Amino acid sequence: MSRLLARWAECTFWLARYVERAENLARILEVQEVFARDLRGSADWKVVLDINADTERFLAAHPEGATADAVLRFYLVDRDNPTSILCDLRAARENARQLRPLISTELWTHLNVFYNRVAALLPAEVGEHRLARLCAMIKEGCQTHAGIAAGTLYRDEAWSFAQLGAAIERADQTTRLLDAKLLAFAAREDEEPGSAADAFYWMAVLRAAAGYQAFRRRHAHGLEPRQVATFLLCDASFPRSVAANLGIVSAELERLRRRYRLRRAAEVLERVEGLTTLLEPRPLEKVMAREQGLHELADALQRGLATVALDLAERFFGWAPMPTEGRPTAGPAQGQTTAGPASG
Amino acid sequence: MQGLFADYAADPGVFCEMRDAALANGADARACFERLDRLSLEELRARAREAESQLYDLGVTFTVYSERTAIDRILPFDVIPRVIPAAEWAVIEAGVRQRVRTLNAFLADVYGPGRVLADGIVPADLVRSNPHFRALVEGFRPPHGSWVNICGVDLVRGPDGRFLVLEDNARTPSGVSYVVENRHLMQRSFADIMRDLPIRPVSDYGRRLHEALCEMAPEGVLDPQVVLLSPGVFNSAYFEHVFLAREMGVPLVEGRDLVVEDDRVYMRTIAGLERVDVVYRRVDDDFLDPEAFRPDSLLGVPGIVRALKSGTVAIANAIGTGVADDKAVYAYVPRLVRYYLDEEPILPNVETHICREPEALRYTLAHLDRLVVKPVGASGGYGITIGTRASKEELEACRARLLERPEEWIAQPVVELSEAPTLVEEGIAPRRVDLRPFVITGKASWVLPGGLTRVALRQGSLVVNSSQGGGSKDTWVLAERRFAAGRPAGPGGRP
Repeated sequence: MSRLLARWAECTFWLARYVERAENLARILEVQEVFARDLRGSADWKVVLDINADTERFLAAHPEGATADAVLRFYLVDRDNPTSILCDLRAARENARQLRPLISTELWTHLNVFYNRVAALLPAEVGEHRLARLCAMIKEGCQTHAGIAAGTLYRDEAWSFAQLGAAIERADQTTRLLDAKLLAFAAREDEEPGSAADAFYWMAVLRAAAGYQAFRRRHAHGLEPRQVATFLLCDASFPRSVAANLGIVSAELERLRRRYRLRRAAEVLERVEGLTTLLEPRPLEKVMAREQGLHELADALQRGLATVALDLAERFFGWAPMPTEGRPTAGPAQGQTTAGPASG
Repeated sequence: MQGLFADYAADPGVFCEMRDAALANGADARACFERLDRLSLEELRARAREAESQLYDLGVTFTVYSERTAIDRILPFDVIPRVIPAAEWAVIEAGVRQRVRTLNAFLADVYGPGRVLADGIVPADLVRSNPHFRALVEGFRPPHGSWVNICGVDLVRGPDGRFLVLEDNARTPSGVSYVVENRHLMQRSFADIMRDLPIRPVSDYGRRLHEALCEMAPEGVLDPQVVLLSPGVFNSAYFEHVFLAREMGVPLVEGRDLVVEDDRVYMRTIAGLERVDVVYRRVDDDFLDPEAFRPDSLLGVPGIVRALKSGTVAIANAIGTGVADDKAVYAYVPRLVRYYLDEEPILPNVETHICREPEALRYTLAHLDRLVVKPVGASGGYGITIGTRASKEELEACRARLLERPEEWIAQPVVELSEAPTLVEEGIAPRRVDLRPFVITGKASWVLPGGLTRVALRQGSLVVNSSQGGGSKDTWVLAERRFAAGRPAGPGGRP
């Protein structure tokens, strides 16, 4: 067996990432819909644009403003918006296309069918009234992908890179979900922190992260904002928490280093450990005490995760020149022997 | 035929693969169609739809260069198989083997001593000034004398039922993935029909190909690292590249994945650079190495020709094989069979007029409305004029092109291709077919017992190319039944 191609490592990483991103965008749209429906109409749709830093691009294409339908179309099926779910799925599919020799036919077929289904959605089908059903369909498609991957992907280095992509994206998206709540709330000057409305938002955030039941197992009573934030950031048992996903990133890097002798994984591991310390109880307490603290922490985590992805690209995806000493590494994949000098 | 084929009417004067080959050639071949005959048209359509949706879900794709926005397009699949009786296959198999032996001998000669040119069998300038002639491989000697490791020979069948060679594809022939994929589709949708019929399996292709490629590895390499070099996802045959890489279990690389250092080829992996010993390239010579060929190529690997010349890597098919499958050289292949092998050609050529020869040009211009005029050195059905069907203007344009550059054209009589029953809108109707068997050659040649049957889906059309709206059929090559008399024992075998 030969070593994993650098390009394939990158494609596996991004395949998992794009699918995870599509799923999380569906979750964010769902939670925003809850905010918008229950309270003041369309004002909140701007928030989604803010979290994704898309406001400027959106307004350029939609001068009429952030109506529910326009934002939903922008994020669900807009072919010209690179951050739409359709474009995420297309990018996932194009990465999968390059990976066809590596992945199971089932994984490819599912993604192909899934993409085709989303691509076939008509604008009329993408209204607010159908959002819950659409988001459910998208989440299910993404989860099916993850399930097929878990059930069929060979557990070599490619598996690790897929896990890294999914975990980094999920950690990043959880910080964005938190941000969505913070921004949404900041936009409402008439609501007080700790009010009934505030609690309602936090509940919606938990539900979007599929974390309400899990939260209740941890905290039988109450819904303190600080508890929810800590839960989403730090609870190692909650699969969408930042800490749980940083844990996965560390474990996979460790696996690459030990099992596949990829020494340079250790360098990336160090940076991930730096991020993990941000989530330790004491620094976290300080963060929570500051007014903008949570938002700043979410920002720092997002930037840190981006750097980790860049680290991976430079060390494993061939973004930087290939190390020559890496040539005859003694890894488990080193099967080939060349005997004698090559004759002319 | 009382059922499905009751209303099927083969065209008079055209050889029909069902009526004239299968039904007339033994119980097994007949059984294939008798079983199908028991289906109703509705049932057949339902199964066809089922197969089509599988293709769609699989994203079995074919890119047409003119449709830039659509990466994906499904190659139409016709569910009525083309059946080749064992006795006919024996001729085809022997014929294509002979063809490949001849092409390899020719290539070794023209890039070596050049006897065939000195003896005046083939005009020297036809070879040396051919756009596919690669002077830089002169003196090159691939292992086992195998230049053409993968060959797809296009065969057609005329009204007399004889198979003729239309074209030798000795560069990067494609289509084998459809052979295997079509069989999978049939097995899923027609298992009841196929049960117990002696249809020879085609699933062995990947393993055979990998073996042959390993046999091409430089001397001393014990466990060769084979890779498949593809131009990438936008290439029309990308699906096939994926298929072959999967079947062989080798990395599917693009030019950017490979790098040459110290005249050795490496691939870029997560652990750094790793040796590559054999490159099955699906990239044309022109794009293979910007140092040696087109400097603007982004698909190739700079320096790979240097590596080849220093003997550290094998490239399959070899560089320069295009001179052997050129349409102009094609006309000489029957003579080459006699010259190199001292045998009579088992599969004859279609009669061919080489327009660079004044006599042939005169004949062609005089019979333009009865000939097919084809460009040499091109492929894919572009630029072909079919005299019997062309308009007056088209014929005049063709004449002008011929007079301007006669050496770029050959002319052949219109071959009334054989036809096969095909499911179309109106029911089951005859449509024209050809056949591309595949020959793999490392130390020795192996012929895949099957082949790509392409079918012209438009009524009366003679152009089966997929880029021109052609489809494909599963091709059932039947095995000789065990109890068939006179089966020879293998070497050292007991009867």
